[in-house]
Amino acid sequence: MIKIDNVSKYYGDFNVLKECSTTVEKGEVIVVCGPSGSGKSTLIKCVNGLEPFQAGEITVNGISVGDPKTNLSKLRAHVGMVFQNFELFPHMSITQNLAIAQVKVLGRKQEEAVEKGLKLLDRVGLKAHAHKFPGQLSGGQQQRVAIARALAMDPICMLFDEPTSALDPEMVNEVLDVMTELAQEGMTMMCVTHEMGFARRVANRVIFMDHGRIVEDDEKEAFFANPRSERAQQFLAKILHH
Amino acid sequence: MYEFDWSSIPGSLPFLWDGMKISLEITLQAIVVGIVWGTLLAMMRLSSIKPLSLFAAGYVNLFRAVPLVMVLLWFFLIVPRFIEQLFGLPTGTDLRLTSAMIGFALFESAYYSEIIRAGIQSVPKGQMAACQALGMTYGQSMRLVILPQAFRNMVPLLLTQGIILFQDTSLVYVSALADFFGAAYKVGDRDGRLVEMLLFAGAVYFVICFAASQLVKRLQKKYHPA
Amino acid sequence: MGYQWNWGIFFQPSATGDDTYFGWMLAGFKMTIGLSLSAWVIALLLGALIGVLRTVPNRFLAGLASAYVELFRNIPLLVQLFIWYFVLPELLPPSIGEIYKQSNPILQQFLASMVCLGLFTSARVAEQVRSGINSLPRGQKNAGLALGFTLPQTYRFVILPMAFRLVVPPLTSEFLNIFKNSAVCSTIGLLELAAQGRQLVDYTAQPYESFIAVTLAYILINVTVMTLMHKFEKRIAVPGYIGGK
Repeated sequence: MIKIDNVSKYYGDFNVLKECSTTVEKGEVIVVCGPSGSGKSTLIKCVNGLEPFQAGEITVNGISVGDPKTNLSKLRAHVGMVFQNFELFPHMSITQNLAIAQVKVLGRKQEEAVEKGLKLLDRVGLKAHAHKFPGQLSGGQQQRVAIARALAMDPICMLFDEPTSALDPEMVNEVLDVMTELAQEGMTMMCVTHEMGFARRVANRVIFMDHGRIVEDDEKEAFFANPRSERAQQFLAKILHH
Repeated sequence: MYEFDWSSIPGSLPFLWDGMKISLEITLQAIVVGIVWGTLLAMMRLSSIKPLSLFAAGYVNLFRAVPLVMVLLWFFLIVPRFIEQLFGLPTGTDLRLTSAMIGFALFESAYYSEIIRAGIQSVPKGQMAACQALGMTYGQSMRLVILPQAFRNMVPLLLTQGIILFQDTSLVYVSALADFFGAAYKVGDRDGRLVEMLLFAGAVYFVICFAASQLVKRLQKKYHPA
Repeated sequence: MGYQWNWGIFFQPSATGDDTYFGWMLAGFKMTIGLSLSAWVIALLLGALIGVLRTVPNRFLAGLASAYVELFRNIPLLVQLFIWYFVLPELLPPSIGEIYKQSNPILQQFLASMVCLGLFTSARVAEQVRSGINSLPRGQKNAGLALGFTLPQTYRFVILPMAFRLVVPPLTSEFLNIFKNSAVCSTIGLLELAAQGRQLVDYTAQPYESFIAVTLAYILINVTVMTLMHKFEKRIAVPGYIGGK
């Protein structure tokens, strides 16, 4: 589904990604973790072309992301993404947030889009808030709406960029529950997150990044049992004492 | 096509330079008075003494509601007559430069005071509390702690306002003073070369103001790296 | 002091006999409003366009927009006005220039004033629009793109509606400025409010009344615009954000 092949990226002289390679099969859930500044957020933004990269190739469902001829908007329409800071559109009601891209990008009818949006809103447990505006919801609620917004586009896979790190601790679980449910239904997911409990529960593989390099790319059980690199061991120890 | 003739410029440079000196003189004194009077106004506006803050608010809002041209006309046409009558000066005393300067300074003070007020308010409230806890008086806290921090934050804005002020001095044209623009206009009018002189004046203003604003940007980057 | 106040002066027939002095003032008032509003339309449209261009990834377009802003910001308004009024007609191709110069002088004054004020203000509007766009969280643009919007769609549906709300307060002050700056146009003979005030001084010999009346008229414009814009700000406020409910 997602194939990342020898990808490198530079900001000027600074080498943010160094020859990263991995694959995500259909239905797989991959968790990407690592210390801050390790390049994990940058890597996931390369997958849907939000960040350009200078070397290597990424294909999503067989379509090359780096190819200038690729219609990126069309590709992104089917790759859902959830952001650290939710990024709901503050000037639109929740309903409108859910519907706008369905109407303007996929060309669905407004009523159809609203109906679909409300169904997904119900799924994340927020149907009662449909008429509100993002600024009137808590962080956890906003993030659940953001997930519903991405799902409304019928994505072939979902990218999560630290979806819980801007949340107050008591709201983390409501978002993780939605993500867990999604994973169990067989959604293909690539998640940048520090939530190791979530990784243990649903991940197929765990990728550990450090200084722009993919240091570990293991089956979940192997990663948690005995990570090979020292950096990953230190990282896991630190997370534990958090 | 129009045929340009720039020959008026070299001979009139000394006259233009005299005009530029007037422009700079008005600018400088308006900046100095504006900052001093503006600071006082800002402090009055923020003070808890009602009549003071009302006076300052009224002053600032009045001057900010009225066009500079109107203020200059007041100080060109009305105020001199008033002063003549008040001090019994012979009619026709040339008060143009003086009254233009006063008008400018009073007008710009209103704008400076708003910048300075925002600057004072940008200093965290805890600073004032800390001063008081140390036993400083209000005056000491302002002078030693609050204002120095406020001014450091405001330097780019104050300088930018100075550039705007320099551009505004061209409006003393309404009181027929020969500032730089007035001088350029007079030369152009005399020689029938208004087109060239106006373009020349525009170019000179552009070079000065553009250079000054680039300098302010550099300063800003140096002291407030984003 | 031997000054004779006479507020009745405004209702006396004017020197030219066809109107009262109050009528003169009213004509000036209308000219100031008409000029400022038409210049404001130009300033908003051009300013929004230039401001957006300054934020696009295309370096050439962004550079061009930035040069535009610098040009109009670094030359005094009075000099710009004189260039539009005295210089530009000379530089036009003679055939067009002649048609222009033979047109109604009031029309010439009005056109020069409107274009000058409009472009001058558009540079300031552009700066506000640019800083409004830049103050939005970067993630908003990414969120728009990630949903499959094209860049123009992202601007249209996501960035601009929010940036627009952010720039309304600073644009209010530019809107007020355009009324005040319109007084500069009295220098080329356009009979707006300030020019009528000057005329009243010459004709009535009642300088205090004339100037007080004109000054009050400017204050009236100022207060009205502020009240209207404040209402407008409330109407477009986003619920849950600063200024919203």
